[in-house]
Amino acid sequence: MESDWAADRLNQIRTLMDRSASYRRTLAPTTLAAGTIGLLASAVAWYYGIESPQAFVSFWLAVAFFTLICSILMIRRQALQRIEPFWSLPTRRIAEGMFPPFAVGLVGSLIPLNLRPLPPELVWWFPPIWMVLYGCGLFSAGSFMPRGIKLFGMVFVITGCLSLLGAIEPTNTQSLPNLKHAHLIMGGSFGFLHLAYGLYLYLTERKEEF
Amino acid sequence: MNAEACLQLDKVIHERGRMGIMSLLAANSELSFTEIKKTLAMTDGNLSVHIRTLGQAEYVSVSKSFFKNRPLTTCRLTPKGRRAFKAYINQLQSIVEENQA
Repeated sequence: MESDWAADRLNQIRTLMDRSASYRRTLAPTTLAAGTIGLLASAVAWYYGIESPQAFVSFWLAVAFFTLICSILMIRRQALQRIEPFWSLPTRRIAEGMFPPFAVGLVGSLIPLNLRPLPPELVWWFPPIWMVLYGCGLFSAGSFMPRGIKLFGMVFVITGCLSLLGAIEPTNTQSLPNLKHAHLIMGGSFGFLHLAYGLYLYLTERKEEF
Repeated sequence: MNAEACLQLDKVIHERGRMGIMSLLAANSELSFTEIKKTLAMTDGNLSVHIRTLGQAEYVSVSKSFFKNRPLTTCRLTPKGRRAFKAYINQLQSIVEENQA
């Protein structure tokens, strides 16, 4: 009988510890940085006219990788400043949540890169699919994060789905718009959406904690 | 059988509310007063009393600061508090194991 209450107590402790270990890093700087990188990359790609299908995919994969590294470094810096472990339980959960869609996005982008030539009409599918997969990653990670990350993920999924409808249309390669315009879609989605959300976070983050 | 073990349990931590606070602080390096209050669904007064008791036992340290001109109260476990919480869990564990044997 006595062990029942002791076991109950242990369960309560475990549940409370588990439930409260949510992600507490400040997200505004990371989101703003990701948005800025997205917009700058879009402008650079437009200016330098990165138009070949292979170059388009490689360029944006490189941008995604660079943004990921920057985000990890910023998160690590925050952890060091707060004298906390970087690879904490919440961080691990978020990484696990993001991993499947991100892995699909990476592998699904690398395989078509080997097609010679890579059909331009196929490239128009990349931005919407990247948006949907990225949104799925955010949505899944949002379960372990405070604030509206889940909603932000859903915005990406919806934007990606709507863009996908547009990408299905141009089956005639003659009528396809120049790939330069796809950079604008990338800048508008990954760049602008991150900047807008980052700005919102910057203005509101931590206020609810008082 | 376990009466002695039960008596040895840290009374400061054993109270349900304080046990909740200790559990939250053991899982997080620091938490604001509001976060603890929301998670444990406690009233301001109730939480203040428990935090004061834990502070008097030197299990929890409280720091007050300002964030964007608004007062921010944060709590964290002290090394003594972390040790006491570990000991408390170990005692609970041994009670469970002893009864299962």
